[in-house]
Amino acid sequence: MPKMHVKLKVNNREVEGLAEPRTLLIHFLREQLALTGPHIGCDTSHCGACTVDLNGKSVKSCTMFVAQANGAEITTIEGFVNADGSLHVLQEMFREHHGLQCGFCTPGMITRAYRLLQENPDPSEAEIRMGISGNLCRCTGYQNIVKAIRAAADRMSHAKEAAE
Amino acid sequence: MIPASFDYHRPRSLDEAIAILASHGDDIRIVAGGHSLIPMMKLRLAQPGHLVDLQDLGELRGIDAGSTIVIGAMTTQHALITSAALAATVPLLRETSLQIADPQVRYCGTLGGNVANGDPGNDMPAAMLALNASYRVKGKAGERDIPARDFYQGAYATSLGEGEILTSVRIPAPADGHGYAYEKQKRKIGDYATAAAAVVLTLSGGKCNSAAIALTNVADTPLLATEAAVALIGTSLDDTAIAEAARRAQAIAKPSSDGRGPADFRAHVAGVMVKRAIARAGERAA
Repeated sequence: MPKMHVKLKVNNREVEGLAEPRTLLIHFLREQLALTGPHIGCDTSHCGACTVDLNGKSVKSCTMFVAQANGAEITTIEGFVNADGSLHVLQEMFREHHGLQCGFCTPGMITRAYRLLQENPDPSEAEIRMGISGNLCRCTGYQNIVKAIRAAADRMSHAKEAAE
Repeated sequence: MIPASFDYHRPRSLDEAIAILASHGDDIRIVAGGHSLIPMMKLRLAQPGHLVDLQDLGELRGIDAGSTIVIGAMTTQHALITSAALAATVPLLRETSLQIADPQVRYCGTLGGNVANGDPGNDMPAAMLALNASYRVKGKAGERDIPARDFYQGAYATSLGEGEILTSVRIPAPADGHGYAYEKQKRKIGDYATAAAAVVLTLSGGKCNSAAIALTNVADTPLLATEAAVALIGTSLDDTAIAEAARRAQAIAKPSSDGRGPADFRAHVAGVMVKRAIARAGERAA
């Protein structure tokens, strides 16, 4: 099967490559772009470990062909770090509130939490839990993940107020 | 899991999509949100030689809430949930959408895909039966409307003809003050229903004067529980009437035994979902 030319903007960088249309986006990111932050967990669109931000939506990259993503703007966990190399506020809050143990779900969890807070900057605990219901964590029991996201929401709104 | 190879097409117009479909017979599948088809392709339960991706067809997106509510087939569940126009006119769609899968899937998953797929586990078809929606489809031979109540023939078997694309879902606007509910029993987020029920009804002077009840995932197709709805007409939705409607709905449920439970249990759950949905729809009706 002939390969197709794929052009994406990933973490603010234009990237190009050749891929069979059947190549899953997660494989393209991990194997051709060496972005191994998004993980392959269940490979059946349940666990959310492969979540990336695509054109302003949280997407499970194991359930999208790279052909469908052609032309899209994508952010992976690698794109969250601040320009000076310091951690993004969500990463910082996950660290501070112990929102991770083994860390396998964390890239997807933070990528999803980012989009949730873009859409709802002041979520209730229930809204956070529903908002991350497509991301499974087998370590934390979610309690500290919810705390971390709530703390990030507070930090982000303070930062926004300070800027205004 | 790597799917079999295919040729990928991304047309820029509906006419182009129809032409592509027509030239590949049954060796082509439409991909909308992809969250039903791609898992099937990864398991190689589906191995189409060609895939036609409708994502660039802006004409298939959007919500127009007039006396008939017209929703483009490529409108995502996320868009249904966040639509103020739908919340004001057909809130059943928001309630049903929120029961589908999880947030990531709902950003991709489309109304058209959910209703056209023919999977008895999909949630929207029962809502469409309850709302008496129709599906507008277009193929080389032209355009036609198929009532949702005639659309489902069996598991993954629908009235959609080869080469036809579902372009929009059309819903007669429910009466102001109608009551509605979608009740779904599931084991976990993202699961298909053990059983689920959609109810739409209206009250006049405290008595039910119209009702529609439909069931999800308790047969090869979504089921319209006509006799169950009849049991509500003229009643004040008292416990006796609700119990009789639930009994009649349960009687037509023919689920299979699976990981969600034995058939008897799943039919029982269908009855419970109908009871809860009627009660909640009754509370909401003005």
